[in-house]
Parts: sequence; C-alpha cells; structure tokens
Amino acid sequence: MADLPGRVSGQRQDRRAELGLGALASCVLLLIVGMVVFVFGKAWPSFAHNGLAWFGGGGNVDRQLTDIFNSPANPSNYVYKMHAWPLLYGTAVTTLGAVVIGITFALLSAVFIVEFAPAQLRRVLEPVVRLLAAVPSVIYGLIGILVIVPFVGNHLISQGRKESVQFVVQLNGTSLLVAVLILTVMIVPIMIAIMVDALRAVPSAWTEGSAALGVNRWRTIWSISVRAARPAIVAAAVLATARALGEAIMLSMVSGSVGFAPNPIDGLTFFVEPTRPLAATIVDNAEGLSVKPFGQTLYAFAAVLLVSSMFLSLAGWAAKQPLRKYGNA
Amino acid sequence: MAAHAHAVAPRTRAVESTRSWRTLDRIGLLFCWAAGIALCLITAAIVLYMLVKGVQFLRPHLLVTHPQPDLDQSKTGGFLDPILGTLILTVIGISVALPLGVATAVWLTEYGRPASLARAVESGVEIVAGTPSIVLAIFGLVVFQQHIFSWMSFTAQGNAVFARSFLTAGAMMSLIALPLVVGSTREALQSIPRHVREASYALGKSRFATIRRVLLPAARPGMATGATLGMGRIAGDTAIVVILLGASLQLQAEGSTPLLKTLRGTGSTLTSYVYNNSPAGEGNAPQKAYAAAFVLLLIVVALNFAVDVLVRRRKEPQWIR
Repeated sequence: MADLPGRVSGQRQDRRAELGLGALASCVLLLIVGMVVFVFGKAWPSFAHNGLAWFGGGGNVDRQLTDIFNSPANPSNYVYKMHAWPLLYGTAVTTLGAVVIGITFALLSAVFIVEFAPAQLRRVLEPVVRLLAAVPSVIYGLIGILVIVPFVGNHLISQGRKESVQFVVQLNGTSLLVAVLILTVMIVPIMIAIMVDALRAVPSAWTEGSAALGVNRWRTIWSISVRAARPAIVAAAVLATARALGEAIMLSMVSGSVGFAPNPIDGLTFFVEPTRPLAATIVDNAEGLSVKPFGQTLYAFAAVLLVSSMFLSLAGWAAKQPLRKYGNA
Repeated sequence: MAAHAHAVAPRTRAVESTRSWRTLDRIGLLFCWAAGIALCLITAAIVLYMLVKGVQFLRPHLLVTHPQPDLDQSKTGGFLDPILGTLILTVIGISVALPLGVATAVWLTEYGRPASLARAVESGVEIVAGTPSIVLAIFGLVVFQQHIFSWMSFTAQGNAVFARSFLTAGAMMSLIALPLVVGSTREALQSIPRHVREASYALGKSRFATIRRVLLPAARPGMATGATLGMGRIAGDTAIVVILLGASLQLQAEGSTPLLKTLRGTGSTLTSYVYNNSPAGEGNAPQKAYAAAFVLLLIVVALNFAVDVLVRRRKEPQWIR
C-alpha cells in the first residue's frame, strides 16, 4: 500500500502521455484539413470564374496563362479565363501510360526476381532495385534532358515529320514518349519492391500444394502467388500512380514546356508531340505565384492534384486492408 | 520462339524441365526473363552513365568553392553552398519528422483509442504520403505567408511575408519524411511480442514507462531505418526546394542572430542546383549539373547503404524471444 501514491501518479502520467501522443498524432488530420482549406481557399476564384468550363478545352492554355499573368492591377479587372483540358489530358496520358507499362513490366520483373532469377543475380538485383527507387527525380530528369531528348529529337523524328506539324507545334524531342519512358523507369522500382515483398509473403504451403498437384512452376505462380498477392499489386499500382501524378521536376524537364494536348489522330507523331502535365506547369510558372490571379490559377492546379492524390491514397489504403489477414501490412 | 525459351530457361533452379510446358507458358517465361534482363540493363546503364559523367566532371575544387552567377562557366565556382543547403534542410526536416513520426507511431500501436480516430490518423498519414511534393510546396507557401509565421522568413516591403527560407522548406520537407518514419517505427513496434509488454506491466510499470524504457529502445533500429529513408527522400526532393527555398545560389542570411539568420535565409540545395544548371534552368552548365548530380547520387547511395546495414544488423535485445 505504501506505493499507492506512486502508482496513482503513474496512472495520471500515463493518461497525460496518451493524451499528448494522441494530440501529436492528430496533428496529421489538422494538417490535411489545413491543406484542403488553404489550397482550395486560394484556388476558389479561378474555379468560380470559369465554372465547369475550367475542366473543358478551348483556346490555347499558354496564351490564357499569359493573359492571366498580365491582367490589370485593379482586382475587379483580373483575368481568370482558364480552360485547363490540355494540362489535365497531359497529366492523365503520361500517368496512365507510365502506370500501364510499368505494372506489366514490374509484375514480370517481380516474378522473375522471386521465382526464376539465379541466386547470385537475385542478391544483386534486390538492393539495386531499392536504390533505384531512391534515386532523386532530378537525376532522371537530367539524364532525360541531356541524353534521351536530344537522341529522340535528332534521330527518331524525321524532318518531314517536324514539318508536317510545324504550324501547330514544334517537335524537338521533348515529348510524350520520353516523359512516359522516364516516368516508367522511375515508378517501376517502387512497384517491384512492393510486389516482391508480397509474392514472398504468400504461404509456401499454397504453392507447394499446387506443385504437388502437378501444376508447373509458371502456372503455379500466376494462379496462386500472383492471385494471392493481388491486393499488394493494386496497392503498388496506386502508390506508383500517386508518384507519377505528382512528379513535377522531371516532367517539366523532359515533356516540353508547351501546354499542348497530343492528338492521337496524328498517328506516330502523337508520341513525339510535347505536352505538359499539371505539376510541371506549377513548377514552370512558380515565379508568377506572387501575381494574384496567376497564383490563384496555379493553386487551382494544385487543388486538382490534391484531390486526385487523396482519392488515390484512400484507394490504396482500402486495397491494403485485405493484406492484414496475412499479417503483412 | 519456343525453342529459344527452352534454350534460356533451364539454367534456373532446375527442379523441372520446361520441356513438358505448354508453348504459352514458355513464352510467358521468356517474357519474364526479358523483363529481368531489361531491368538489369537499364539499371547498369543509369549507374554506369552517372559514374562516368561524375568521374569525368567532378573536381575536388568544385566541392569547396562558392557558386557565383557568371556567364563564363569557368568562373561560376563550385557547389559548396548547395551541399550545405542539402545538409541543413535534411537536418531540419528529420529533426521535425522524427519526434512527430515516432509519437504518431507509438500512439497508433500502443494506444489507438478511440479506434475511429486511429483509423483516421492512419489514413491521414497515407494521404500525406501520397500528396505530391509540389502541392506540399505551394501549400507551405500560402501557410507561411501568414503573419504569425513571419519569424520563419523575412518580411518584404509592403508588409508581405516572403515565406521562403530554410525553416519553411524544412518544415514542409519533414512532411515527406513523416510517413516513412511512422511506417517503419510502427512495423518495429508491432514486431515486439506481446509478452514483453506484459512482463513489464507485471513488474508494476505503467504503460508510459513501458513505452519509454522497453518498447522504444527495442524499436530503435526501426526508427533509425525510417529516419534514414526519410533523409534520402528529403535530400532528393526538388519541388519544395525550387518553390520554398528562394532561388539564391549562395546561402543568403536574414537578420543578425548567428545561427537563426542562416535558417531564416534562402539558399539552394544540390537538387535545385542540378535543376538550374540543366538546360531546363537558367544556368545551362551540363558539366556542373552532372558533377552535382553525382554527389547527390553518392549521398543517396550512402543513405541507402546505411539502411541496408541497419536492417541487416537489427540486433534485437536478448529479452525479445
């Protein structure tokens, strides 16, 4: 009984610790609320002036941006006209292109690493993949702009092709093709790392059972391991999509600084036409943030990115829930 | 096609021959090998290319001279300031992210009541992890322009807060590292068996004492892993630097308090230096960009190596069995 006061104060300390830690943890929620409030508050005039046409096409985005940048100093004369479709389209095409190619490639590579690679190669590949996932995007951008863009511009685009669209857009190598290519290289390591972990975590009894029934190794992997790892594959895809969506620096370096929507009707030229996703547009125009209507337009781009990435994160979180059954999430 | 697949395949762990496989399965296997080999080739190409360019252009004097704006490339100096900038930013970012992340992880695993709040926090961390750094950057810009944050940067004429400084950029950088710290600390805490906690309670220790004296020491390698991963991410981020650190090449101090004046000032980091010296930026000095990118890559490789060592040498205390 002598230590009763001590114990009581211990309990009180405990209670205080719980509250304190809980408060710190809840800061994250506060932060997210703040993010939504501030970004949307700043972006609202741009959306309000354009209505749904904001998401539509029409006109030249770059000219609209210039007009907004040069709007008169008087707040009532601010120009807000913005039809952001080419930017949204550019974001969607680069992201989807990279993710679709990336998933295929990453899944094949992950299966290779887990199941078919010789042991020595596997020992090298795994740390290297993790390293590739950590390489800063600016380095990928640097290689892209100094090596791949000139190569595409000088060797893959013929003079005739450049002339065929010269009144619409300049082809100089900064293109959808390069953007998707480098974006794929950037997101594949992340996906491989997650997929390899998930394929490893499949209980070996399941695959052994399949093998014992006379199913060959290839089919065992595809019908047992990959199927069991499906939630992780979805989670990997979601994470990679979020990364690709938000990539700004690398894309602003290699995708061309033109707010142009590549047109699939152009045939092969489609792949070498420049584009500029939302995130890259923000970085490219960052010095205009202090011009009020222009800044508000950029915040509107950020708001679109924020909402899409939030939905992706929630989807990824939901996709990961079934994984808990296997004790790895 | 099938014959070719056959020629490549049997050199794996040859427990069964692919001879009995259907053609379609063999083609699939061939694709698998192709993907694996392509992965090796791309990796080797990137690493070797950066290595060659780095060795070609990196000179010791570049590491110790200040950058100067000049048209003549021989006079633009090195990148001492960007290296310092990367260091300062990484330290600020991780020293905010580590306590916050560990607290969040401890609360989530050890308390987590009410459950609905815990789930909300959990998905909140996920949302922060998924938010593009460019969005974090311009969110930081609008937040730190509020007047209560004027001490973090400087106030320009017309009473507008500039909002660009090492402190503001570091604060936003910490959000990039936060999810990684939370993730690996949680994993470490969850891997501590229940009976360890119960043993501590049985000795009359309170929950808090258990956390402080038993769980956190045991989770230290996990925390270190998360922190190192986070530092790698901070060192490699460009968007926040470009927008929130101001665009000055050298460290520009603000005010007169010794240390604080640098932190309140603007500067550059290796990432923004590479970006500005690439053809996309104003500098357009590819050699310097390659050299700086090589240094940056070395930093990232070193951090990655540290993570590997930490994970492998995760020495669990004797009492965790």
